[in-house]
Amino acid sequence: MATSEAYMRTPTQQAWLRFRRSSSGKAGMLIVGFFVLLALLAPFLYPYDATKDRHLRERLRPPTAEHIMGTDELGRDIFVRVVHGSRISLRVGVFAVGLAIVVGTVLGLLAGYFGGTTDMLISWLIDILLSFPSILLAIAIVAVIGPGISNAMIAVGIVQIPIYARLTRSVVISIKEQDFVSAAVGLGATHSRVIFRHVLPNGLSPLIVQGTLSIATAILDAAGLGFLGLGAQPPQPEWGLMISKGFLYFTRAPWISLFPGVAIMVAVLGFNLLGDGLRDALDPRTSR
Amino acid sequence: MTAYAIRRFLGLIPVLFGVSLLVFTFIHLIPGDPAVVMLGQRATPQALEKLRKQLNLDKPLFFNVKAAVEEKNPAALFESQYFSFANRILHGDLGESIFTKVDVATELRARFPATLELSIGAMLLAILVAIPAGIMAAVRKNSWVDLTVMTGALVGISMPIFWLGLLLIYLFAVNLHWLPPSGRLDVGLQVKPLTGMYVLDGLLRGNLAVTLNALKHLILPSIALGSIPMAVIARMMRGAMLEVMSQDYIRTARSKGLSERMVIWKHALRNAMLPVITIIGLMFGTLLTGAILTETIFNWPGIGKWLYDGIGARDYPIVQGGTLFIATVYVIINALVDLSYGFFDPRVQYH
Repeated sequence: MATSEAYMRTPTQQAWLRFRRSSSGKAGMLIVGFFVLLALLAPFLYPYDATKDRHLRERLRPPTAEHIMGTDELGRDIFVRVVHGSRISLRVGVFAVGLAIVVGTVLGLLAGYFGGTTDMLISWLIDILLSFPSILLAIAIVAVIGPGISNAMIAVGIVQIPIYARLTRSVVISIKEQDFVSAAVGLGATHSRVIFRHVLPNGLSPLIVQGTLSIATAILDAAGLGFLGLGAQPPQPEWGLMISKGFLYFTRAPWISLFPGVAIMVAVLGFNLLGDGLRDALDPRTSR
Repeated sequence: MTAYAIRRFLGLIPVLFGVSLLVFTFIHLIPGDPAVVMLGQRATPQALEKLRKQLNLDKPLFFNVKAAVEEKNPAALFESQYFSFANRILHGDLGESIFTKVDVATELRARFPATLELSIGAMLLAILVAIPAGIMAAVRKNSWVDLTVMTGALVGISMPIFWLGLLLIYLFAVNLHWLPPSGRLDVGLQVKPLTGMYVLDGLLRGNLAVTLNALKHLILPSIALGSIPMAVIARMMRGAMLEVMSQDYIRTARSKGLSERMVIWKHALRNAMLPVITIIGLMFGTLLTGAILTETIFNWPGIGKWLYDGIGARDYPIVQGGTLFIATVYVIINALVDLSYGFFDPRVQYH
């Protein structure tokens, strides 16, 4: 039955079938979907202005029915801030990875497709970026261009460029020698047509899988920068920043740091699970 | 093998050259006058001038064409910021801190043992937990053991380590008072440094109190720093083990009547260890150089915390020297890991 099933369906349908059989994929989709929904609906459910949020009389309250995650040192409701933090973290994750994919893919395409000196130069550049442990590189970049959420986003994105450059380069090199590409070139297709119609689509699956897993890393790295005071700045409700502010009070009020950390963990877990599930679906050979 | 090793290390030269270029450019990418940024708006013109001289900011960036033409001396072409910087670092001189005036290279040497001790502690912990866990998960695939190990590993990868560190401090130091929350030794205890790693120094100097106390301080940061390698190694171990267990020679070993224990320990494990050893090597490089968050939380006086403080103070010689040092250590470790393939697996041929 399995063979006839596979025979009858398009590759997309087969992938979808495999994805639905992957329990980590489903769990990941559920978690990621939840956070996306939360981020989209937050402004309607809990309208929030971080600059005006101060209720000093209610500071450092433990979790109660009224404030289910308690309040922080300025009397701000942690639950509302955690909810709004999802908007920041998801945006950072998606934009940073988007930047890395665009720049990395272009570099990898150029290196793999043209080879020779172009390849040498780009590979040299990538090796240099890879000489730094990722968090250090991100910290160094932010130290140079200045702290802030947008700069943290750029830094986290730059750190991930080598992953995509290498991935795309290897895909391009393995595909460009194949007959259908030679045929396209023989028929007079332009470079850009060959690249975008024939080469790139074949690299799409690993890019999607890696992209999902990268969002998880990007969220973690950006939170780390926020924690070190190099990312989002007060009073933004960024999760890493909230944990670092709570650090000062955490013997008296551990909930300030606790809940943003749970949020980071669950969100990152969601993207990791989704990435694993997508790998099962799109890249059945490499999955376990 | 030797030829490959030589080529691998020669290949590091262009990379390290690029790294030095990048680190050098850092200081010039800062918006505004670097001297003003470092000393602040209220610095006196004399102080600014002195710093500019000290950092060679009065010279051109790469090639001093003007001096070369005026003095009719091609060598003067290299009287530039980059070449004096490169000349300095090749002589092991990483400059001195702007604020504390300490020599960056000396400070790195003094602090590196602390980072090394923490990395070794974290890695030992990770290996001791992850390898048995990974093997058990593979041997009993799809059992509750497997599920627990794999879920644990996934959670470990997904947890921010600075948050895990805080939880550990809150639980074991603040509430239970079992372990100290920060630092490397209790106040009052000290040991004359030999290796700079206190656990070892205590043993070597016959001062057991120091060793025990240093170990106590080491536990919490090692758990925090070791969580990610632990998760990665466990996943890798399981994957490699499953891969090996599905091969023909394992079936042969089983069919000739060997006990399952023999099959796993003698036949499967040895071959499954190769990718695991690789990942351990690579992760060790990351630990050694990426302990910034952990060291900051636990107030651990290693290079990570020092670098972080240097960034906060805009002490650019520290940032430059520290980054350069870390990148160099990192690429060398990665090259050594590459070379170790041949040592652990004779089938590997180098080209």
